[in-house]
Parts: sequence; C-alpha cells; structure tokens
Amino acid sequence: MVGRLVELVLVAVVLADLFVLASPPLAACIRAVALQGMALGLIPLLLHRDGWSAHTFLIAFGMIALKGFLIPGMLFKALREAPLHREEEPLVGFSLSLILGGGLIALAVALAGKLPLPVGVKGSLLVPAALATVMMGCLVIVTRVKAMSQVLGFLMLENGILAFGLTLSRELPVLVETGVLMDVFVGVFIMAVVIRHIQLEFGSMNTRKLTALKE
Amino acid sequence: MSLLLLVLIPAVFAVAAFALNDNERRPWLIPTGAAVHAALTTFLLRFDPGPALGGALALDAQGRIVLGLLSVLFFGSSVYAVGYLKVHPERDNRTFTACLLAFLAATSLASLSQHFGLLWVAVEATTLSAAPLLYFKHNARSLEATWKYLVIGSVGIALALLGTFFLATAETAGGPVTDVLLFPAMLARGGSLSVPWLRIAVVFLIVGYGTKMGVAPLHTWKPDAYGEAPGIVGAMLAGGVTTVAFTAILRVRAVINAAGEGAMADHTLLAIGIFSMLVAALFLLVTRDFKRMLAYSSVEHMGILSIGAALGGAGLWAALFHVWNNSLTKGALFLSAGNIRRAAGARTVDEVAGMAIRTPVSARIFVTGLLAVTACPPFGPFFSELRIVRTAFATGHAAVAAGFLGCLLFAFFGLTRLVFAIVDGRPRPAARATGPRLRETAGTVLPPLALLGASLWLGLATPSVLQETWTAAVQALLPTP
Repeated sequence: MVGRLVELVLVAVVLADLFVLASPPLAACIRAVALQGMALGLIPLLLHRDGWSAHTFLIAFGMIALKGFLIPGMLFKALREAPLHREEEPLVGFSLSLILGGGLIALAVALAGKLPLPVGVKGSLLVPAALATVMMGCLVIVTRVKAMSQVLGFLMLENGILAFGLTLSRELPVLVETGVLMDVFVGVFIMAVVIRHIQLEFGSMNTRKLTALKE
Repeated sequence: MSLLLLVLIPAVFAVAAFALNDNERRPWLIPTGAAVHAALTTFLLRFDPGPALGGALALDAQGRIVLGLLSVLFFGSSVYAVGYLKVHPERDNRTFTACLLAFLAATSLASLSQHFGLLWVAVEATTLSAAPLLYFKHNARSLEATWKYLVIGSVGIALALLGTFFLATAETAGGPVTDVLLFPAMLARGGSLSVPWLRIAVVFLIVGYGTKMGVAPLHTWKPDAYGEAPGIVGAMLAGGVTTVAFTAILRVRAVINAAGEGAMADHTLLAIGIFSMLVAALFLLVTRDFKRMLAYSSVEHMGILSIGAALGGAGLWAALFHVWNNSLTKGALFLSAGNIRRAAGARTVDEVAGMAIRTPVSARIFVTGLLAVTACPPFGPFFSELRIVRTAFATGHAAVAAGFLGCLLFAFFGLTRLVFAIVDGRPRPAARATGPRLRETAGTVLPPLALLGASLWLGLATPSVLQETWTAAVQALLPTP
C-alpha cells in the first residue's frame, strides 16, 4: 500500500501546481516546478521501501538530478537575459486561473474515482494528483503568453504524466525510462535555446509577437 | 545486436559531424552516413538478424516497410544536402549536419521499436532532432515556426506518453503480467486487456501521434514549419516523421483490434481522415505560398492514409502502398521547391513567376511532381488512391468515397493554380536579383529527379517484394482467420 509519506509528497506536488497558477515571479515558478520534479523523484524510493533495487535508485536519482538541477539551471540561464521576470497580461486572470485549478483538482479526483485502477494504487492520491497536474499544466500552456511560462506548463504536464507512470515503474524497462528522461532533457534544452533567440530577436519572451506566419 | 547498429551508426556519424571543425567538408558526412546505413539496411532486410534488446527491437513486416522507405528517402536527400549546404557556405552547418544524422538514427529506432515505450522515445527523438533543422535560416520567421513546432509537438507527444502509460495500465489492471507494452505480447493477449483503459489509451495515442502526423485539426504547426524549413527538412518531415507517426498509430490500431474494439479506432480514423482532406482542400484553394501549399498537401495525404487504414485489410494494404508513394513524391516536391524558392528569392504567387525560365529542371520536376501528388496515372499515388476508393465502395462506404474524390478534385484545383502561377510567365525582379550561385546544380536536381522516378516506378511496376511485405504487414496488423 502507498504510505502516508507518499500522500504528503503528492500534496506538495499539487500545491506546486497551484503556486504556479497564482503566478508569482517567473524565477519562483521555476523553483516550484523544480521542487515538484524532485518530490516526484522521491516517490519511487517511498513506494518500494520493501526492496530498493538499482532500478529504483537510478530512476529516483535521474529524476531528481534532471528535474531539480539540470532543467532549472538551463531555464535560469535563459531567464537571466530577460528584461522582465513576471508573467504579464495572461489570457485568463490570476484569480480565475486559481479557481479553475481548484475545479480541475475536483475533476481529477472524480475521474480517478471512476477509472478501474489497478490494485495497489486504488484509493491513493497518486492518480488524482497526476491527472490534476496534467490538466493544470495544459491550463498554464494555453493561458500564459510568455514563452518561459509555456515551458513551465509543459514541464508540469510532463511531471503529471511521469507521476502516473510511477504506478507502472516496476513494469517499464530501465531503457525506456531513461529514454523518456533523456527526451525531456533534450526537449527543454532546445526550448531554452529557442527562448533566448526569441528574446534576442523580438526583445521579449511574449509569444503574442509571433504572428508573422499565417495565410 | 546488428539491428542496434542501424541506430548506432548514424548516431556515431552525428557525433563525428558535431566534432569535426571543417564547415566545407562536414556535409559529406551526411551521404557517407546515409550510404553506410542504406547498405546495412539492405543487408538486414535480406538476412533478418532476429530481435535485439529482449525483443524491444525487431524487424517485422511493418518495420521493413518503414525502414526500407526511410533508407531510400534519406539517401536521396543526403546527396541533395551536400549541394544545398554548398550554396550556403556562410552558414555554420555543424548543428544542421549533426541533427540530420541524429534524425536518421531516431527514425530508424522508431521503425524497429516493438515496445510502445521505446517507440515513444524514438518518435520524440525524431521531433527533437528536427527542431534545430527548422531553425537553420536563423531569422524571425523560422524562429516563430520552430517555437510553434516545439510547443504543439511537445504537448502532442506528451499526451502520447500518457496514452502509452494508459496502454500499460490496460495490461496490468487485471494483475501483474510480463513483457508489458511489448507489441507482439499485446497482440497475443488482446482479449484480456482492460477495455476502458484501452479506449482512453487509444484516444490519447491517436491525438498524440496524430499531432506528429499532422492530421487536422492537429495540423496547425505544419504550414508554418514546412513553409520556413529548408526543402530538405521539409522532405524529411513530410516523408519521414509523418510515416513514423502513422505506423505508430497502425500498431495502436492493431492492439485495439486484437482486443475486439477495432470499430472504435476505425470510426475515429475515418472522421479524422475526411476532416483532414476537407481542411486541406479548402486551404489549398486560398494559400498563396507554394511551400505552405506543400504542407496542406501533406495534411491531405495524411487524411488519405487515415481513411485507408480505417477501411480494413484491403484499405490498410492501400495505405501502406500510399505511405511509399507519399514519401517519395513529397521528397521530390520539397527538394525541387527548395531550388525554386532559392532562385526566386520569394515564395508567394504575388512575387514569384516564370520559374520555368530561371530553374528549368526544378520547375519541370515540380510540375511533374504536382501531377504525381494529385494522383495522375501512371504515378504511384494514382494506384494507391484508386485502391482506397475501390475499397470504400466495396465496404459500403460510398459517401466516404464521394467525399474523398470531391476533396481530391478541390486539392487538384488548388495545387495546379499555384504551381502554374509560379512556373509560367516572366521572372520577377526578386528572381533576377539572386546570384548565379543559387541556380541549379547536379547535386540539387538529381535527387528530386531520382525520387520522382521512384514514384513513377512504383506506379508502373510495383516490385513484388514490396507487395508481399505489405500483405505480410496487413496480415500481422489485422489478422484474418
């Protein structure tokens, strides 16, 4: 059974989502998403306390190193060149996005209750937290206009998906899990480079300026 | 382990390209790597080495189809790459060369993957290696296209990962099993999969891989990306990425069929297919940019593939045939369009005309390619599309066949309108201003010609070895008792 400690970590994961929705300065958002990723990295260790294998350690270490240090490092580097460090004029106001976030959490809990979950994760917070994080990540991507905020939304989406994947961590080969983490790393690396070029080219990270291509 | 070499060899060449400090000679690594890869592919297709990595990599009938096609397309384009990079000596081609070779490694991995997790990793790697290729021109427009491609593509592919996890849950929901997400094992235990999970998984996987494929309404990145990408990158995306994503969907479809729920996937694919063809036909009538035109044509052909795949065994056979036709024809079109755009110095019908005078060979390839892509006999696409229409009638989908033909007609109007506008008439000032170094060379003309010739050959005399492989793939994906 999933222990109480895991539930606590999952609450922190969802709180990180809400924190980003409330839209503090971008640097704080990057830290929140980094903490979220590190919290997720702890879960395999807590889930399989009965018998840690090299596999468990590898995944936990990989996630913490990647999501807690490497990716935030790259994002901070991209942010350093930005003149303004806060999300401006989102398409949906900050308080409204918090309310929407609450609604999405309720939806995730209801959905998870309806799904025929495998024995072992039924009743735990793992699946609701994962689904809520996926949905809030999507919300951030579609409502924020800064390129950096969209990358953070993508990372939240990815974190939610990986949280769901943790229910399967014993079934997936190490090769696949490593591949997934590698792809996330390279993806964010390329996005960070593109963000820096967008800043140089357009003088800001506002994606609303990217409107030259149309019929 | 020799299957792994198909991935490792291009990867090693990619690293070598990145390490080499010679902008002039570096591009030659592309055709060298492609030739080694093609030789190995030929050898492995002849002498099947058996699975590798615990069954996660294997060369099944579908893999043979995709791998063979990618090898032909990439080798043809690699020769063009040298000619293309030679006319841009001022641009640093280190990232471009390395990413193009990494792209070959990723697509090879995708065509060999028997594990849905590994397949996802490979398709995502394909996407990522293509992103720096899009940004090769380093201007504001290509930056915008790259960003949209990255964001839409990443979200789409992330949803496919969630779908993959749902697929695994469909296997494990009833209790622990071995070989989770391994394609042959999933087909074998089709009946014992959890149907609710499977249904959710299929929706997410079709949306995810459909975004990569660029079916409407998930195609919005496509005109921007194809419009801004160099011709060779367009050929790789329209011929390679779409093929890999489509065949990923075919594997998903085979699994849900094994579970007895195939009708649901068929209806979804049919709806997406018709909608894609309709959207593409309408946009082809309004667009004024001949590279964006190719993107909408690609959306149209993805619709054709989806419809074929939704029509059962005979339709699937035609769709696999069309995969080859589409990739080779698109390759020829993108490569010749690249030559035309370079010499014209512009890309809309308002600024470009008379290219038959400026780039006579490319213009001829472009017009002939247009005839091929709009399914004029005796090119390959005519025969595969004819088979799809006949299957639609035979399976009682007369309305689908009618819509299919109607969309083809409108697409034909849209495509001919643009192509003849840029080819006919007198060259505009922008084309007169471009220097002689942007004219045609053997290196930039022969590859599209060869790809077009291959498309013609597929139509005139479809090789029996290909036909047998398509039949074997259909039998594996949709077994008929």
